[in-house]
Amino acid sequence: MLLLQLFFAFLQVGLFSVGGGYAAIPLIQEQIVNVHGLMTLEEFSDLITVAEMTPGPIAINSATFVGMRVAGVGGAILCTLGCTLPSFCICLVLAYFYYKYRTMSGVQKVLAAMRPAVVALIASAGLSILMLGIFGTDMFSARIEDTRVVELLIFGISLFILRKYKASAVSVILGSGVVGTIIYCMLGAV
Amino acid sequence: MNEKRQKLWILFKTMFILSSCTFGGGFVIVSLMKKKFVEELNWLEEDEMLDVTAITQSSPGPLVVNASVMVGFRVAGIPGSLAAVLGSILPPMIILSVISLFYEQFRTNKIVAIALQVMRAGVAAVILDVVINLAQNVCKTRRFLYIAMMIVAFICTCFLKVSAMIIIFVCLGIGLLDLIVSLRKNKGKGV
Repeated sequence: MLLLQLFFAFLQVGLFSVGGGYAAIPLIQEQIVNVHGLMTLEEFSDLITVAEMTPGPIAINSATFVGMRVAGVGGAILCTLGCTLPSFCICLVLAYFYYKYRTMSGVQKVLAAMRPAVVALIASAGLSILMLGIFGTDMFSARIEDTRVVELLIFGISLFILRKYKASAVSVILGSGVVGTIIYCMLGAV
Repeated sequence: MNEKRQKLWILFKTMFILSSCTFGGGFVIVSLMKKKFVEELNWLEEDEMLDVTAITQSSPGPLVVNASVMVGFRVAGIPGSLAAVLGSILPPMIILSVISLFYEQFRTNKIVAIALQVMRAGVAAVILDVVINLAQNVCKTRRFLYIAMMIVAFICTCFLKVSAMIIIFVCLGIGLLDLIVSLRKNKGKGV
């Protein structure tokens, strides 16, 4: 009944991880390391490293990774399903109500007050990635002499291309990955 | 029928591609979704995308999944939600399944580390591009309240590390107050 155990563990993670990726980490740790003993703490911290390095939400990444290591492909699918199912149902209900009532002027007014906050949240997320990209740390411990010139250049050029030519996001991200790696290889970092 | 099937396919494909190259959390993919669905496909209004973000941020589960459910529902109902969610969870599943088989090599590979590091600069540029457009539109409302809320929220989340949930709920409260005040004013005028 290991599979069922896994499924319910991640069902709880999906249901209770309110507030984005990093809020899910302690929950996953609780379920996987403490309650079920499916992984050691060391394996778990490896998992977090890998999950951070790869695209996708941390909850899904860890669900797949844990499921795969514990019970193969079936485990991976079941764990991911478990951690997606609760939010899928909840958001369907929310979507239904949002699209039913969103044109009411009262609802509009309340929603309008939340939009500036969302802009601020996105801006803040962008700033911390920028700091991480250019200084390799957060903004409180960033120092001018740590500036990575290659990344700074790539950032500037990417922004210029986006503003001027309305380039697609995916091509800019992949392009900066390829160009940056080539530059570093030429500089002899590899 | 055919048109609907095509919409589902585009939903799936878009989310699959966006999800494959999204590093750094939920707000990144929301910026990418905004760029794609609002600016390129014109399937959503900008306000809708912001509302969806606020709502999904305050519900449990990964932001990407939540946002996919809502955007998919808007575009093509429940099948749309399924298509979008499938698109957004398949890439991390495939990538992690492969990596879990030989993650020691992956973690210590230098080229992988460098590529991931420089891609952050590109991601940051994309987010800044989206933020500039969004902030301009908030300023265009010409309401002091909204502009002030944006600045205060930015300071709170960025420098004071207030959680996103709290910020959204406080703004929800301000919005309700705003609604009550304006209803009272209208009553006073006898409207």
